[in-house]
Amino acid sequence: MSLTNAANTPAVAAMKLRAEQLCVAFERDSKSVSVLEDITFDISDGEFICIVGRSGCGKSTLLNVLAGFLAPTSGSVIIDGEPVHGPDPRRILVFQEHGVFPWLTVEGNIGFGLSKLPRAEREHRVAHYVQMIGLQGFERTYPSDLSGGMKQRLQVARALAVNPDILYLDEAFGALDSITRLAMRKELLRIWQTERRTIIFVTHDIDEAVQLADRVVVLSSNPARIEDILTIDIRRPRNISSPHYLELRDKLLEQIGQAYTV
Amino acid sequence: MNSLSKPRNWEKYFWPVLAAALLFAIWHYCVVWTGTNIFPSPLDVEKGMAELLHKGVLWDDIEDSVRRVAVGFGAAAVTGIPLGLTLGLYPAANQMVNPVLQILRPISPIAWIPIAIILFGVGDRAAVFLIFLGAFFPIVLACVSGVSSVPSIFQRTGRNFGLSSTQLLARVVFPAALPQILIGLRIALGIAWVVVVAAEMIAVESGLGYLVIDSRNSGKRYDLVIAAMLLIGVIGLILDLGFRSLEGLPSVRWGFRHES
Ligand SMILES: Nc1ncnc2c1ncn2[C@@H]1O[C@H](COP(=O)(O)OP(=O)(O)OP(=O)(O)O)[C@@H](O)[C@H]1O
Ligand SMILES: [Mg+2]
Repeated sequence: MSLTNAANTPAVAAMKLRAEQLCVAFERDSKSVSVLEDITFDISDGEFICIVGRSGCGKSTLLNVLAGFLAPTSGSVIIDGEPVHGPDPRRILVFQEHGVFPWLTVEGNIGFGLSKLPRAEREHRVAHYVQMIGLQGFERTYPSDLSGGMKQRLQVARALAVNPDILYLDEAFGALDSITRLAMRKELLRIWQTERRTIIFVTHDIDEAVQLADRVVVLSSNPARIEDILTIDIRRPRNISSPHYLELRDKLLEQIGQAYTV
Repeated sequence: MNSLSKPRNWEKYFWPVLAAALLFAIWHYCVVWTGTNIFPSPLDVEKGMAELLHKGVLWDDIEDSVRRVAVGFGAAAVTGIPLGLTLGLYPAANQMVNPVLQILRPISPIAWIPIAIILFGVGDRAAVFLIFLGAFFPIVLACVSGVSSVPSIFQRTGRNFGLSSTQLLARVVFPAALPQILIGLRIALGIAWVVVVAAEMIAVESGLGYLVIDSRNSGKRYDLVIAAMLLIGVIGLILDLGFRSLEGLPSVRWGFRHES
């Protein structure tokens, strides 16, 4: 699966992650219910992938498997040629909300994964990410005194600070108002473009997916299979009222099974 | 008054002082009206208090009581917190120990007095043992529930950043459970203060509890009895306020609802 988005990604990117025939079944009322079935895809290094699907279809489950928090019932996840056996600081999962540690300051949160570094370097990195997420002046502030958007940025910064190859975001902006979400998307794209990580972003917001992704993985429901993998071949910065944008968005809406009139 | 508006500064002190004054007035007039000569009036108690302060033994009694609480409560915290954290982390162990804890917990430390005396004789150690018992269970249970209600998101995040299980305990589970642990410690301290007075009435011959019972036994000095009771109340309040101030520490403040 090649990328048409030549403006933003290297022409030939190495393969980063491969999901191989992932199946996940949960016990429910002492019956085994299949949630994910035969999920197979490849993700290249530095790619921005969105995963969309209806609520409850298994997006978080898939992300938990990719991040190593949940062992698949069958199949495997291979990252950099090695099978995933558990969580790892090289790939960080960012949760929807309430993920920052309330007992630590902004600095303490960003520096959480950096305890092995020498002090000077840790402080340098913390300062860098404080700057990046625009929380200068809030270094000593506790999360209870931050807004929802600030907390979410903080969670992303804490993840980025440990220099992960892959960032998994599970509806990371879902709890935010639409203005903040828009700002956060721009922010995330800017970070992605400067730091070149692989990002796998789960969302139920179709617009969000079309605005952000190189490719969108569409999941069906009950059990989740891959419905389609759609390449978003729009140059960045994206014009979100161009005909092609609308066309891709409508196609996604259709695939998810929602009409595009209200 | 609008309940959202901040009470004005004088109001914060005015109403409590008024309530206390009313209570003293009622007490005073009850004594006057009934013409009792056993039950002391507030003025008698005040004189009794002055007498205690002059005799100088009062400070020794306060010191003895506070020391016993410090030792008993300290021992309960030092043993109860690690035990509670362990049980919270290992549900299997908790299932094994929990029934025993649940049976021992409702037994008033006062019921242990005979056993404390057999084990330690009449003296300091018996009293400290009783305080330990009173404080131990609430501390353990607060730790267990504190740890088991740490959101799984925090634990998963900790593991994601590569923490070992001891690091996870020290850097995630403990700080996340700390507000609940503090609540448990505060409750335990209150119990310890109640227990020390009871223990001193029976198991030792010094301290504020002993002062109460001794004032009654040697000469029916009810003015001294009530003076000692009031002191017990005031010191208990001071201990509690001191402990509550910990709730304002920045790294635990998030865990408490607080009116600003
Ligand atoms: N630990 C579990 N045990 C049993 N069933 C589970 C478990 N976790 C998830 N499920 C089930 O798997 C299905 C998918 O859940 P998942 O959380 O992955 O959905 P989702 O796509 O992330 O939904 P949403 O968009 O609402 O977050 C749901 O039907 C859920 O009930
Ligand atoms: Mg989800």
